Amino acid sequence: MNKYKVVLILTVVPWLIFSQEKVEGIIVEAGNSNTAGLSGANVYWQDSQMGVVTDIEGRFSIPYKKEYDRLIISYVGFESDTLTIKEPKTIRHSLKASNELDEVVVRQERDAIQKAYFSPQNVVTVNSAELLKAACCNLAESFETNPAIDVNFSDALTGTKQIQMLGLTSPYLLITQENIPMVRGASQAYGLTFTPGTWVESIQITKGAGSVVNGYESISGQINTELVKPLTDTAIFVNGYGNENGRYELNTHLNKKLTDKWSTGLYVHGNKRTQKEDDNRDGFLDAPIADQINVMNRWQYQDAEKGWVSFFNVRFLNDEKQVGQVNFNPDTDRVDRNRGALSGAGVWGGEIDTRRFDTSLKLGYVFPELPFQSIGFQTAYSLHKQDSYFGLRSYDINHESIYTNLLFNSIIGDTRNKFKTGLTFAYDGYNELVNTTDYSREDKSAGAFFEYSFENLEKVSLTAGLRVDSHNRLGTFITPRFHIRYTPWEKGSLRGSFGRGKRAANIFAENQQLFASSREIKILNSEGDVYGLEPEDAWNYGVSFLQGFNFLGRKGNIVFDYYITDFRNQVVVDWENPQEVSFYNLDGESKGSSFQVEVNYELLPRLDFRTAYKYYDVATDYKSGSLQKPLQAQHRFFANFGYKTKARENGSQWKFDYTLHSLGKKRLPDTSSNPVAHQLAAYSSPYNHMNAQITKVFSNAFELYMGGENLSDVQQSNPVLGGDNPFGPNFDTTIVYAPIMGRMFYAGFRFKI
Amino acid sequence: MKTTILSIAMTFFALVTFAQEKNKKMTFDVNGKCAMCKERIEKAALGVKGVKYALWDIPTHQLAVIMDERKTDAMKIKTAIVAVGHDTKELKATKEAYESVHPCCRYREDNTDDGADH
Repeated sequence: MNKYKVVLILTVVPWLIFSQEKVEGIIVEAGNSNTAGLSGANVYWQDSQMGVVTDIEGRFSIPYKKEYDRLIISYVGFESDTLTIKEPKTIRHSLKASNELDEVVVRQERDAIQKAYFSPQNVVTVNSAELLKAACCNLAESFETNPAIDVNFSDALTGTKQIQMLGLTSPYLLITQENIPMVRGASQAYGLTFTPGTWVESIQITKGAGSVVNGYESISGQINTELVKPLTDTAIFVNGYGNENGRYELNTHLNKKLTDKWSTGLYVHGNKRTQKEDDNRDGFLDAPIADQINVMNRWQYQDAEKGWVSFFNVRFLNDEKQVGQVNFNPDTDRVDRNRGALSGAGVWGGEIDTRRFDTSLKLGYVFPELPFQSIGFQTAYSLHKQDSYFGLRSYDINHESIYTNLLFNSIIGDTRNKFKTGLTFAYDGYNELVNTTDYSREDKSAGAFFEYSFENLEKVSLTAGLRVDSHNRLGTFITPRFHIRYTPWEKGSLRGSFGRGKRAANIFAENQQLFASSREIKILNSEGDVYGLEPEDAWNYGVSFLQGFNFLGRKGNIVFDYYITDFRNQVVVDWENPQEVSFYNLDGESKGSSFQVEVNYELLPRLDFRTAYKYYDVATDYKSGSLQKPLQAQHRFFANFGYKTKARENGSQWKFDYTLHSLGKKRLPDTSSNPVAHQLAAYSSPYNHMNAQITKVFSNAFELYMGGENLSDVQQSNPVLGGDNPFGPNFDTTIVYAPIMGRMFYAGFRFKI
Repeated sequence: MKTTILSIAMTFFALVTFAQEKNKKMTFDVNGKCAMCKERIEKAALGVKGVKYALWDIPTHQLAVIMDERKTDAMKIKTAIVAVGHDTKELKATKEAYESVHPCCRYREDNTDDGADH
């Protein structure tokens, strides 16, 4: 009883105090005397900022002011009433049910993909329009017009382009395809060339630590590729390409929407080079004789109403390359170590045959009632087989990989506080044979991650992630990663990040260009778990500042980046002795810092200009002392002009594109102990590399393009050291610091309906 | 017959109103015209305790919210929105609040959708 008294007093007291300034009461339903009040009805003063909703019993209390005299009471399914009220009082009002609904709950359509606008991470998105600027030909070559990534030749034989970010080569990047790790392990050297350019819808490049969601392996950054989707890609697409060095490519896409929910796409890529090209007349092929067939089938399931999205992919690849001396014939000249020379002619050559099978399944579920909450599951299996030999050396690797990731996205409180959490399981089985030495191993890991992000749509956003993994070779370890963005003023954006990365270096797969030399391969440690070496472990720190501006009425932006990668342990690849290549654990310091300034500006309508300057300081403590990373240009300059004429109604227009890369001198690996004829200078000379392309779009269905690479015709005069005696002690194809191919023109077409 | 329909409707309303939903979805009109308005409206809505999600659509002027009914109600969200200068069907912004928005967002003078220009 006493309890009720207290409640009664507590309820009445505020009424007594505030009764002078409030209108209070209860809203009930007309003609239904026995019901309690209507809960959730709107009670508000007309044209005011004052409104309340009735409580669970239908009661309300709204402040009264003299300026207001019309109180509106409205409720879904009832007729609204307007009461004239001139003084604070208590009212009881009944609402009449209405047949009309005046506030309809609209079912909201969701975007298939939602992307954060103000990302705390330093992400550059390369869309398909940008990808068309450099028409050739695969993922490795897609970065030519982007200053975030440097593209270099990896060796004098395979024509393979290797990418770098922040001064570190691609093994230190996590390269994913639709967020599934892709170019890793056995596919590290050539993996990027196994994704045809036309399959790529967009590329996201993250500088620095990146997210923890896709694993612990990324050290200097992440590159994610989104492939074209059966539902959104054109029904038929055909692209043909040919260049004067005898490389031909054909790409076809066929996409079909089967039902409301199911679509499928078949993507076929083939490329071929049969012509033997030896422009520099050193007796060695400038680019391999090559043959690739690459087939992918995708299935897409989408049910927006129920919130399901799913992708199923199958891909098969066969790639064959022949490298070496021009007159090398693999059938007669291959030197078999067991049986001796087949012909004894001493012709040097090699072959790299790769077969790869990939399959992956992605399942995504967005809670239909809670658009901010979703579950994602992805699983992938790949089998990569490379059989190869380089002169006397043979290298065979089979890599079987399973990757599974389960991800849950939701919010804490509201959408300004989001989180992602999940589990990862990965298996890698390597069967690796270097000459006759077996380096087979199995890697297994399981991990859990949690990533929190804060976004208040204004000044600050941040992402803080942590993952814990247990790996049979790397041990149990934590990977923290943190990103923050701050907007100090309009159009300015300051970003900072730090994070850790850890990985097992696949020393042979990643450095297989070294097989095509007479260098002796040495591993100097034996206690570690990976080839006797310790896992690589590094921290990355970075700051970046972006400022958008308007100059002479046109938009532009300027970006400053500074990143440091500090290795706790690194597998040092030391080729400072021309007779050897040795791998050993870092003893001392290894630090890479990079500075970049980039300006993007629209010079004239439809004339875009992009320029960048980059400075790298990547120094490692070798056995012979601290040295800059070999073959690295410390200073780089980049410029790109893109011009488009106004598109006509049918889409017809001209597009012009020009790119300049200016590379400073590069430190060359020490060759001073070689005979004088096989010695190189300490540094290479700087050079300029230019590409240009013209595209004529005839209509939305058809376009032609032609272009030139290496327009300034810079060529390295001696890409093959000791080429006069390829089985001799001074043979080396790895010291490549300038283009091997001279000026080259190409042309192609695209047809789509 | 009519009473049956009515009682079914009433049952439905009773369910909706008396179960205080943790994730109540609601959509209502908010006046505005551009991406700047969108940011302002969504921020104001998310600033109300109990609002979990807010998405304002430029062409339809509809604000979709998901809220915890135990902590807030539609009128509280509308109060927060009019306070930053955007009119709703029930509540209207004060002259001062309305004039505090960026000149390009003055939807009362010119209510065309120019989301693409901003």
